[in-house]
Amino acid sequence: MTSAIHLVDLQKSFGQTAIIRGINLEIKKGERHAIIGPNGAGKSTLFHLISGKYEPTAGSVKLHGNEITGLPPYEIYRKGLSRSFQVTNIFHRMTVYENVRCGIMWNMGYKYSFWNRVDTTEEINLKTEAVLEEIGMVERAMTPAGLLTYAEQRALEIGITIAGGADVIMLDEPTAGMSHSETEQAVALIRKISENKTLVMVEHDMGVVFGLADRISVLVYGEIIATDTPDRIKENEAVQEAYLGTEHDDDA
Amino acid sequence: MSTLTDMRRDMNARMFKQQRNMWIAVALVLGCLPLFYGGSDFALTVSIQIGMMIIFSLAYNMLLGQGGMLSFGMAVYFGMGGFLSMHFMNMIEADTVWLPMALLPVVGAFIGLVLGLIIGSFSTRKAGTIFAMISLGIGELVAASSLIFVKFFGGEEGVTGDRTMGPEMFGVDFASELEVYYLVAAWVFIATLLMFLFSRTPVGRMANAVRDNPERAEFVGYSQRFVRLISFAGAGLFSGLAGSLFAITYEIVTEETLNAVTSGAPLIMVMIGGAGYFIGPIIGAIFYTLLSTVLSNYTEIWLMYVGIIFVLTIMYLPAGLTGLLLMHNPIIKAKKLKRILPVYGKIALPVIGIFLGIVGLLEVGHYAHNASAGDMTMSLFFVSVDTSSYLPWIFFTGILVGGFMLAKKQAPSVAETYEEVHKEALGGGDK
Amino acid sequence: MIETTIFSLLNGLVYGLLLFMLSSGLTLIFSMMGVLNFAHASFYMLGAYFAYEMSIHIGFWPALILAPIAVGFAGAALERYGLRNVHKYGHVAELVFTFGIAFLIEEVVQFIWGKDQQPYNAPPLLDFPLFTLFNVDFPAYKAFMLFVSIAIFIALLVVLTKTRVGLIIQAAITHPHMVGMLGHNVPLVFMATFGVGTALAGIAGVIAAPVLGTYPGMAFDLGSIIFVVVVFGGLGSLAGAFVASLMIGIVQTFAVSFNIGMPDLLALLGLEFGADHFLVDLWTISLPQIGPLIPYLMLIIMLIFRPLGLFGSREV
Repeated sequence: MTSAIHLVDLQKSFGQTAIIRGINLEIKKGERHAIIGPNGAGKSTLFHLISGKYEPTAGSVKLHGNEITGLPPYEIYRKGLSRSFQVTNIFHRMTVYENVRCGIMWNMGYKYSFWNRVDTTEEINLKTEAVLEEIGMVERAMTPAGLLTYAEQRALEIGITIAGGADVIMLDEPTAGMSHSETEQAVALIRKISENKTLVMVEHDMGVVFGLADRISVLVYGEIIATDTPDRIKENEAVQEAYLGTEHDDDA
Repeated sequence: MSTLTDMRRDMNARMFKQQRNMWIAVALVLGCLPLFYGGSDFALTVSIQIGMMIIFSLAYNMLLGQGGMLSFGMAVYFGMGGFLSMHFMNMIEADTVWLPMALLPVVGAFIGLVLGLIIGSFSTRKAGTIFAMISLGIGELVAASSLIFVKFFGGEEGVTGDRTMGPEMFGVDFASELEVYYLVAAWVFIATLLMFLFSRTPVGRMANAVRDNPERAEFVGYSQRFVRLISFAGAGLFSGLAGSLFAITYEIVTEETLNAVTSGAPLIMVMIGGAGYFIGPIIGAIFYTLLSTVLSNYTEIWLMYVGIIFVLTIMYLPAGLTGLLLMHNPIIKAKKLKRILPVYGKIALPVIGIFLGIVGLLEVGHYAHNASAGDMTMSLFFVSVDTSSYLPWIFFTGILVGGFMLAKKQAPSVAETYEEVHKEALGGGDK
Repeated sequence: MIETTIFSLLNGLVYGLLLFMLSSGLTLIFSMMGVLNFAHASFYMLGAYFAYEMSIHIGFWPALILAPIAVGFAGAALERYGLRNVHKYGHVAELVFTFGIAFLIEEVVQFIWGKDQQPYNAPPLLDFPLFTLFNVDFPAYKAFMLFVSIAIFIALLVVLTKTRVGLIIQAAITHPHMVGMLGHNVPLVFMATFGVGTALAGIAGVIAAPVLGTYPGMAFDLGSIIFVVVVFGGLGSLAGAFVASLMIGIVQTFAVSFNIGMPDLLALLGLEFGADHFLVDLWTISLPQIGPLIPYLMLIIMLIFRPLGLFGSREV
């Protein structure tokens, strides 16, 4: 079976500075995979490289065995990979309903259609409503996205990401900045939406990571120093040294 | 099914009924309008012009309002649509092609579409400033070319034709102004309906999404460039159609249809009407055309007034006239308009004062400056004014300054009353 | 041939440096504030008209100094009382606003001075041929223009590279988000930037008008070229504006002076077309004719192959 995402010697430099320094990683189909690491380790950059926001300096990215290196984001999305953003990235002037709908149309085959009417196409609307139900935002459907609370915007961010039914979902710090109870809700939501899908997430909250992930990769200074199950990562000495050490430095 | 689905179906059903009634009303108004003109050719001419401008500015708003692209070169599609339609018209007359004149706008639309696809292919990579500058450059390029390629553009005289030739449809040969009016009205109805429907299609909705957040749109499967290109081609198509109607109406197309003034007109109409609403450009086109045709009869410096209104709109009414009207929608629905009108009445006086002051000073100044020597009496607001004395200057400056001071003093209380009533109206709506 | 080349080069330099005086101010404003000032060339026109009006009363030389200052104040006032209110609606609204101002300034100029060209001429002191080469005169006034442009250019260079203000401006140009963090009074910085930028345009107007003419269309005629220059050079890049100004200046002057046309080209290929051919204009076209088109063609070619322009680095 081919893996969902396969990275081979992936590198990215900005000018002279190497941010990602040769990453090899295989993420299996149906796996929930978390990427952790100290600030500035290159986690978001790695996300950008996989999802097509940045072009790698060297190396390759494969999605379900197909080469996607250097493709624009929309091509990668069409091949079944959808991602969310660390800084909320929604359509502020549109309603919640319309936001979710934007995430649905392409994969339902409506693409660049200028011969279908969106509001009379029952198929699109039913799917939109199902997603709204799933992310628990039915009540807020007609609210302009810019007026939502922070936690709601984060939930909408996830909603847009999963709406198209992509089978590889990448979430960039989905619970960042949330309160304890909000985080719990978010975890439940992520668990629900990632059923039967491949999930890759960057997360700082260790509770969330160890509760959700099947496997964890530890990224330090642009390199993955370990990939393993949560239990074994906890015991990994190199991780404790490199990652937890720097983490404490950060806090100091 | 969820309650949301029921609610949405309910809402849609109501909306469609409303929309259907609205389109029927539009058709009725377009059809009956000439009955109220009492055979006035001037009214017909102005109506025809408004019709053309409605199509042109709606097309423009496919870019600006819906797609977030600011173009300074829309005249390219309008003018080229016009010129090629004119050449086509002459071919119809020469019997080289067979086409009823009523369908000539299809030719203009096709030209606009093709040009839009070509130019859009390299100019829609980004919206924003770069896009605006490219559109300006291309606009200038085409405008300058029109003076070089004399054979095609007819030089300063332009190209003329005869719309009464060719095969007739329903026995109409467009010899009378009224027939032209109905032709334009029919096309206005078709074009407006098509553009309205376009804004409701997947790609039309994504045009809004790309306008708001191009990056995110790419992560849900849409190439921002391609979405813009489609809007751009559509805008070209309808601009070309408007240009074609211009050719039919005036039977002459000159290089003026390609110049910067023509490019600027839809921008001014859209901004005054309100770029954020589908109906905005329509209101803008009506307002602007009435202003220019009526005002230019009374004053030579009417363009100055257009400029002043335009700048003031951008500064104080970013949502345009439509935005100003729609601000009162909840209040009207809650039947609380009566509470707010008296306050408006109070500020109306100083605002009228400001306008009178500006107009008075400009007109007197213009007259004093340009009248032949010894001629010092002008007629302004139906009163004769001696421009050589200081009196009119003092008077108009006085009402201008006085009006301004009064308006400034009352503005906060007006805004406050509005907020209060608006809040009440919204609160009432929730119950 | 040689004399045409030398004179085209000189004239191209004069014109190119003039373009740079305008495009540098435009770039300065754009880099600091993110606003492309559509009315920039209108301030160039105001400079010309102010200088013309002043020169009647106080003579050419005092006007040369005072007119740009007056233009700078007008620019600062526009920023303070106009643009600042529009800032909150975003860059597109700001661009539209400056478009409106350009429109209005043209109307105001026509209102005050009328539609005709004004007799604003080079001062008698400079109204003589500086040198004569191959029987062609080079007017002293053009040398003066060249001198002023180069002086302004050097002054800009010194200010930008040697002074504290210059370093701040440079930093702001390369890192636009930094402007807010300068710790200075940002509204004041914006107002000053706008004032200085428009004053530069004013100087250009004062010195160029005796050669290029003082008429209400002068802003639009030059303005569209200026926008081509800044986009061609790369929006926000001063070096790009400089190179593009000289390139476009020289190319345009050469196009006007070398009367080579399609007929020559076709004759070379041994081809001939009838005078009533539908595309007759295409077969008879000559270089001076398409001279005004060249900048726009250059712009389009640049955008197809290098969308960021010559030295552009910023996605706008």
